[in-house]
Amino acid sequence: MDESVISNTIEEIKLLAEKENIDISRELDDLKTKYASSKGDTWEKVQLARRIDRPNTLDYINLICDDFIELHGDRHYGDDPAMIGGIGTVDGMSVTFIGHQRGHNLKENIARNYGWAYPEGYRKALRLAKQAEKFNRPVVTFIDTAGAYPGLESEERGIGEAIAVNLKAFSVLRVPILCFVIGEGGSGGALGIGVGDKIYMLENSIYSVISPEGFASILLRDPQRAQEAADLMKVTAQDVKEFGIIHDIIPEAPGGAHTDPSFTATKIKERIITDLKRLASRNPGQLIRYRSKKIREIGHFNENNEQAQDLFKIFTKAFSRS
Amino acid sequence: MGSEFTLGLGRKKKKSALPEPFARLQDTVCRECQNLIPAAQLAKSLQVCPECGFHMPMHPYDRISTLVDEGSFEEFSQDLTSGNPISLTGYKEKLDQARGKSGINDAVVTGRGSIDGREAIFGIMSFQFLGGSMGSVVGEKITRAILAGAEEGSPVILVTASGGARMQEGIFSLMQMAKTSSAAALLDEAGIPLFIVLTHPTTGGVTASFAMLGDVAIAEPGALIGFAGQRVIEGTLKQKLPAGFQRAEFQQDQGFVDMVVPRENLRHTLSFLLQTHATENKGWMNR
Repeated sequence: MDESVISNTIEEIKLLAEKENIDISRELDDLKTKYASSKGDTWEKVQLARRIDRPNTLDYINLICDDFIELHGDRHYGDDPAMIGGIGTVDGMSVTFIGHQRGHNLKENIARNYGWAYPEGYRKALRLAKQAEKFNRPVVTFIDTAGAYPGLESEERGIGEAIAVNLKAFSVLRVPILCFVIGEGGSGGALGIGVGDKIYMLENSIYSVISPEGFASILLRDPQRAQEAADLMKVTAQDVKEFGIIHDIIPEAPGGAHTDPSFTATKIKERIITDLKRLASRNPGQLIRYRSKKIREIGHFNENNEQAQDLFKIFTKAFSRS
Repeated sequence: MGSEFTLGLGRKKKKSALPEPFARLQDTVCRECQNLIPAAQLAKSLQVCPECGFHMPMHPYDRISTLVDEGSFEEFSQDLTSGNPISLTGYKEKLDQARGKSGINDAVVTGRGSIDGREAIFGIMSFQFLGGSMGSVVGEKITRAILAGAEEGSPVILVTASGGARMQEGIFSLMQMAKTSSAAALLDEAGIPLFIVLTHPTTGGVTASFAMLGDVAIAEPGALIGFAGQRVIEGTLKQKLPAGFQRAEFQQDQGFVDMVVPRENLRHTLSFLLQTHATENKGWMNR
């Protein structure tokens, strides 16, 4: 919501309260503080999301799982260290974990290609998701990438196709999928493991169609204006939640997740446990229908057509057959 | 397929006549060979440069009139227009400009038509409309087209031309990739073919979604097809890219495109695909 809209609304409520002779000044003050603190500074959040000491996928997996084994390779080309996956146990449940993997220092980051995955990374993710489906095991993904790797070999091996196939396959996977944006959710590279039943963002994570730097250089014609771009694009967890694109925000310790990784890990773990219990009551057809409905509803457009109809019904009908 | 749900996508409407093909064309300098090509010659060559063979971007209505049987086209959701989901200053003006220039409401035209009497659902993108970028309207129209194909049992033919996601719609544009791809999953379920025609250029979020999900992928000669932009890749590598990189022929060599088809043969190729995927030709088991 626009800031001016909110302040106008507050003014309107104030006037109304005066007219009705009700004292709501304390409630209003609370509301204002809450709004200001929840909004925070966008660029600060971008920097928090990108901190080198911010907990990464393997950190969370180790904090959440009682045990975990990593599985490697896409069975076609190779193993991508920027995308990891495996099987873990959480509160007695077997869960498949998939996530982008960044490093905590230069050496690690070079080994992990800074979390920029190649096509084989996305194909490994797909293989593990399909494996999870076969064994009726839920999938949890951790999203933390600036994007898919924009390089020569990445194109040669079909990075576009790899992501596209994942979007399609994850949308009809017959087991629950929970997605957590833990740091930077950059573009198609993030979405490539980001289609699921529940989508969450950590309090100081960001999710965007292009990096603020990219937006600045293309639309503002000046890469130096990334800070301004981040504001314009509305990339924070709070923004994306307001758009109705994610289900909820996972709180971090004061100062950011890096100050107390286990705090956030515990919150994620709690969410995984409650969600999986809840989703267990849905059969595969229901899972896919709800998931598709949510994806289907994302969009912002105007239509005058009187015949505008509910295509969702068709979708529902088609998937009730499966 | 049942009919308890009305699609409301124009079945009841009269078929609207398409604008005179190539009426908007002007004399054009080919961006590949720099030769000035007169409009009349371009209309005759279907906007393929007679000097160098470059397949220029086409207006969706021109493309439709070269592909479908005359008078068979019914447009869907013509009046769908974009909102301003992230309240970006200047976006509305940009849209108005693009509408004025192109005569269409957003970067894709969808509808039902036939080729040699066989019905199909079409989605034709326009690179001239904000670089063919995919925002909420493109995502919604492509999704509806795919769902209409699934519901009616008609093959879906999507002709792509796009610079990628529409950044002016922020995260909403990214999510259209998931939306269109999820719709494509429905075609798998229903056993309905999706034919993709990749035209110059098809990049970014469109490549990383429905454009790469065709049962058969056709590309026009020389079309640039890829995920990352060439300047971005050159920036990453700090070196020049090899000639022909990300072109249609390269994508065929890499295994991501079934065939490269010159524009003059496209209608024939699509007609053959519709014929071979028609129900009456699935009877091999009954012989």
